[in-house]
Amino acid sequence: MRIVSCLLRMIALATLLALQPGAAAAQSADEAFTRLGADSFSDTNRAIELLIANAHPQAAPIIEALAAGRLLAGGGAVVIKTTDGKFLDARTGAALPAESPGLAPVRLNNGVRRNIQAALGGLGLLNPDAGKRIAAAEAVFKSRDVALLPVLEGAIAKETDARAKAALRQAQAAILVAKPDAPPFDRIAAIDVLRERGDQDALATLRSLPADSSPALKEAQSRAVSAIEGKLAVWRAGQNLWYGLSLGSVLLLAAIGLAITFGVMGVINMAHGEMVMLGAYTTFIVQEIIRTRFPGLFDYSLLIAVPLAFMVAGLVGIAIERGVIRFLYGRPLETLLATWGISLILQQAVRTAFGPTNREVGAPNFMSGAFEIGQLAITWNRLWIIVFAGLVFAALLAILKLTPIGLQMRAVTQNRRMASAMGIRTGRVDALTFGLGSGVAGLAGVALSQIDNVSPNLGQSYIIDSFMVVVFGGVGNLWGTLISAMTLGVANKLLEPYAGAVLGKIALLVFIILFIQKRPRGLFALKGRAVEA
Amino acid sequence: MISRFLLQNMDKRGYVFLALVAAIGILVPLLNLLMPVGSLFHVPTSTMSLWGKYLCYALLAISLDLVWGYCGILSLGHGAFFALGGYAMGMYLMRQIGSRGTYGNPVLPDFMVFLNWQELPWYWYGFSSFPFAMLMVLLAPGLLAFVFGWFAFRSRVTGVYLSIITQALTYALLLAFFRNDMGFGGNNGLTDFKDILGFNVQAQTTRAALFSMTCVMLIAGFLIARGIVVSKLGKVVIAIRDAESRTRFLGYRVDRFKLFVFTVSACMAGVAGALYVPQVGIINPSEFAPANSIETVIWVAVGGRGTLVGAALGAVVVNYAKTVFTSGFMAPYWLFALGALFVFVTIFMPKGIIGTARELWEKRRKPAPTVTPEPAPAE
Repeated sequence: MRIVSCLLRMIALATLLALQPGAAAAQSADEAFTRLGADSFSDTNRAIELLIANAHPQAAPIIEALAAGRLLAGGGAVVIKTTDGKFLDARTGAALPAESPGLAPVRLNNGVRRNIQAALGGLGLLNPDAGKRIAAAEAVFKSRDVALLPVLEGAIAKETDARAKAALRQAQAAILVAKPDAPPFDRIAAIDVLRERGDQDALATLRSLPADSSPALKEAQSRAVSAIEGKLAVWRAGQNLWYGLSLGSVLLLAAIGLAITFGVMGVINMAHGEMVMLGAYTTFIVQEIIRTRFPGLFDYSLLIAVPLAFMVAGLVGIAIERGVIRFLYGRPLETLLATWGISLILQQAVRTAFGPTNREVGAPNFMSGAFEIGQLAITWNRLWIIVFAGLVFAALLAILKLTPIGLQMRAVTQNRRMASAMGIRTGRVDALTFGLGSGVAGLAGVALSQIDNVSPNLGQSYIIDSFMVVVFGGVGNLWGTLISAMTLGVANKLLEPYAGAVLGKIALLVFIILFIQKRPRGLFALKGRAVEA
Repeated sequence: MISRFLLQNMDKRGYVFLALVAAIGILVPLLNLLMPVGSLFHVPTSTMSLWGKYLCYALLAISLDLVWGYCGILSLGHGAFFALGGYAMGMYLMRQIGSRGTYGNPVLPDFMVFLNWQELPWYWYGFSSFPFAMLMVLLAPGLLAFVFGWFAFRSRVTGVYLSIITQALTYALLLAFFRNDMGFGGNNGLTDFKDILGFNVQAQTTRAALFSMTCVMLIAGFLIARGIVVSKLGKVVIAIRDAESRTRFLGYRVDRFKLFVFTVSACMAGVAGALYVPQVGIINPSEFAPANSIETVIWVAVGGRGTLVGAALGAVVVNYAKTVFTSGFMAPYWLFALGALFVFVTIFMPKGIIGTARELWEKRRKPAPTVTPEPAPAE
């Protein structure tokens, strides 16, 4: 009963809105303030309606204050008490010198609170700011409050902004579709509007259509639902693809250094993950220094960290090569063990120096936030990491193909003894290769510091994945690593919705184990004598 | 005949090892049970359990030495076989709890009741029987090793690639066992054991018996491994380690020899895991962690690869050092020590404790050694 009367009043209100009689408005606004002071729930309700109907400039602050119990009335005065304790005249919004005596808060009950909610929704629809109007329309779209239909219609008639108008129309459609007594033609038109919108919310609205709808309506609904579902499935696949590419770029960054060292030297560097970790900690230190000394440079912190991380990780890599690995050539399995030992030492060293807890690395402005393309949500940091991975890949390719040292590296990869006989100092090439591979791992650390926890265990969590990428892609071929990283990343993310994250990963591991049986040297194996060693 | 197989060509080192393990297996439980607490000769139960754990590791190390030291297969996934044996034993022990669990369900283990499962999954059937569980201790790791090895060795996956896929294997199992849906207790694993064969797991006598059993199994494992490596088959296996292609060209089916050794070794690791679980009182997925398997490799490397006795010695020495290190003020430096050990042993002691000791011994007996150039590996 109450709702019906409320509805009727709202319709009346909308009519009032549409007509907008200027003189009467001032008068009824006065009436609203009188009623607010009357200390009766029904008067308060009426007052809210009057304020909305007249689009009173102070309507929003008054109703908000009312909702929060900060609207005081008494002795013909209506006063808003602000959150910081000041007093404003409700009529004009002008500040009052002090609290006048005899003021008491305007009381609320559930009925009034309901009206306030509806009124706030309606107020937003009439807000002069188009962005606020869109937000209010979205709220109405979700709440599907029938009481707001007249307000919506009024707002649509007045609306000039195209986007706001579309949002308002969608909100109206959401209400109309579920309104049994609306004209059938309007309801079918509403379904079309929802289909145009085509997102998850529209789908939910369409699905909630009452069971007693007419056949024509039902047919329109089911067609719209399947159209939206098809569209959403495409977007979802797109989103998963995007996640997959993002994961693939991370894997590429983590694995590509490993691919170089493994390809040229035939040793698996178990400390590779720790080089990634060193890169991440270098980023952390750079940011700490910038924070304390040069706060203005914060946005450039990553740009500064990139060469430093490359140098730190690269130098540590060269030190490892000269200090340990040099003595273990021709014994790849022993190298694996020794580098594992080094990884333990590096981890513990970092843990001793920086503590075992996660360190916070901030995101510069250009990397924070997200934007949307259609239904795709794309975060800037992931996008930049993909770009960065691409740049690193291109740079490595250029080094290997265009520089003398790259030529020597390739020669050593293909046939170490022949290269040595041709006068290439293989020892020096090994050291530089190891430095390069480790340096690239350091670069990966800079990128990973943006999306993962910077802790001493950072490297550990990537090392097995990196191995899988290298083994899958084949050794000594950067393109193989690229394709392998992207394949594994995308496959992982495409499997996730069906199998779950853990099972998907297990499935991939099993796949790689089986794949190695088929092609023991990976997707793109080097051909020739060198691989027989 | 069997004794000839087991004891043929047994050297002095082997006899010393057997005598030592047998003596420990008899004396330690006796000193624990018979000597009064506080006596100089009393062995506390906790110490006995700790050493029982070391001896399980020793058996695991021997099993790894069999494949790595003699066949050249560096398995970075032996912890998986160890853990599978442990889980088989753990499942038996869980079924023995019966209705004494927190939820008092006579059939379902506590964690299944907690997950609202209605009935026992099929793969838990039979584990209430001890003989069946013991069969599974051998079969589960053995079968996995057989299938895995069948594919891997037939397609000639060798060297670093094999190491990496064994690591992938144990990593996949780690992830799988972490899942609650697998029905192996998820993250928490299996624990709260009560009885084994009707005896209380916590009782001093049971622990003493388990300790003796561990020693018996260690001796058995050593004898089997040694029997294999000194037999004609063992010669072929060693030939595969040193020159795989040449052995193949000589007409031996390399993949079958490898598969046999790998499977036996996995079963042995499973037995070690099965003995480990009742003594430690818990089995959880962390046993599958790749790091554990790699650590096992270093025990073998420290003791001396390809010596069997050395592997056992290395397991005990490294784990004893770990206990000493991690329980005192040195705790933060354990990983430094372990890491340095990896590097030091691979560079300076490639033959491990046993190999280095033998070299020194021979140098003293023959003051002027004739330099014989080491033949380079054929491949």
